[in-house]
Amino acid sequence: MSGEVTAEILTTHILDLAAEGKRLDGRTPDEYRRITVEPGFVVSADGSALVRLGDTAVLAGIKLEPGKPFPDTPNAGVLSTNAELIPLSNPTFEPGPPQPGAIEVSRVVDRAIRAAETIDLTRLCVTPSEKCWTCFTDVHVLDHSGNLIDASLLAAVTALAHATVPAKRFGIAEADYPLEVQHFPIECTFVRLGDTIVVDPTFDEEQAAQGRLTVATDETGRIVAMQKGLVGAFSPDDVKEIVGRAFVHGERLRAFARGGSA
Amino acid sequence: MGSVGAKEVPVLLTPDGRRIDGRTLDELRPIRIEAGALHQADGSAFVEWGANKVMAAVYGPREVHPRHLQQNNKAVIQCRYNMAAFSVDERKRPGLDRRSQEISKVIAEAFESVVFAEEYPRTSIDIYIEVLQANAGTRCAGLVAASVALADAGIPMVDLLPAVAVGKVGGAIALDLRKEEDNYGEADLPMALVPQSGRLVLLQMEGHMTEEELARSLDLGVQGCRTIYEKMKAALRERYAVGPPAGGAA
Repeated sequence: MSGEVTAEILTTHILDLAAEGKRLDGRTPDEYRRITVEPGFVVSADGSALVRLGDTAVLAGIKLEPGKPFPDTPNAGVLSTNAELIPLSNPTFEPGPPQPGAIEVSRVVDRAIRAAETIDLTRLCVTPSEKCWTCFTDVHVLDHSGNLIDASLLAAVTALAHATVPAKRFGIAEADYPLEVQHFPIECTFVRLGDTIVVDPTFDEEQAAQGRLTVATDETGRIVAMQKGLVGAFSPDDVKEIVGRAFVHGERLRAFARGGSA
Repeated sequence: MGSVGAKEVPVLLTPDGRRIDGRTLDELRPIRIEAGALHQADGSAFVEWGANKVMAAVYGPREVHPRHLQQNNKAVIQCRYNMAAFSVDERKRPGLDRRSQEISKVIAEAFESVVFAEEYPRTSIDIYIEVLQANAGTRCAGLVAASVALADAGIPMVDLLPAVAVGKVGGAIALDLRKEEDNYGEADLPMALVPQSGRLVLLQMEGHMTEEELARSLDLGVQGCRTIYEKMKAALRERYAVGPPAGGAA
């Protein structure tokens, strides 16, 4: 079909540009698209944030419900992170069961939140072994124009940082109180285009990419999660370079999650 | 009324005919429509209607998936109405439940009545409606968003499809119910109108109404749809109108 022919011409063009250190949208290899963050976008959620990364748009919503602690962690609350790549967001998505891509986004975002100890789970325990809060983070991808992982985690962490525990509604405490966030993990994703490694890939750059690497860092200087994806390879030196760049970008993106405004 | 459940029924109607949010019986909630809100979709629209937030996207005409649904003489119109997990008070499990599937079906059929599907045989026109924040009337808000999204995608249609629900609250017929009125009211009657023909292509009803009340409800709903119709056209005009020639004053 003509779609595939166009894609191949586009891929070649993206790779030719990258060889000269250029990109289709005029960015440098080390530049993010424009970021805007809107916390509290959905009032029916206990916390929410709409994040736009260029033409990519994702909405994260938090819901807290009373539940039961897992037997092996009787003093801890429960976290659940789920990303929906709904067919509204991209022409290539079909309705139906979650695709591997959606599951990967969910899991990579979940891993960063968990490993960074974003939420102190012991504070979500109400009665050990009996009652705790279950914190659901649902990420709804509205417009998929590339780099869903970075946008999804930024939306999730911003939503968590602005969330309220609905203790009054469920009769667990006299008043609702803010959900405290103790760390701010940020994921930065890079793709390899020939010999050039670019940050924050667009959808077309992801199609052309020869490997993708996501690095999650937190504000204390820890690396808390990584994920290599797509077909392609990175040398150890590539990885070291990417980690260095991820810390720099991570610090800038973290300001959006904390402040919540562009 | 109000005999079911232990919860106290809020006062839905004051003696001077004001509703829980201060509206009169024939008053719509504030509506804001944005055509072309997404980049990937062929057509899209975002609708804020009272405390509802609904996004709609249209893809197509394109290849039919699954293939066996393909029709040789016209396009198939497929609709997926879905609610985000965090769009309601109690978290909703992600995915389509029976309610969502029924709403998807009646919305698809409403659009089949106005889209010139025979222009695009062996293709599919896919409508996706995502309810991000819900406060009663989401199927009507979704229909309005989808209708503007279809126009934004350049799909030829007989007309736009404005939609609104009429209900019965505190014994009175009221336009455009909000959540408390929907939960504690006596009837709910969503409808979608083809303004050019004056005919209804979506009509559902639940509750209790007399014949006379139904007649008045239909009149009130049609009147509400005509107001919404103007807002839909204005949203499309805002996106596509060509402004005065640049530098006219300079």
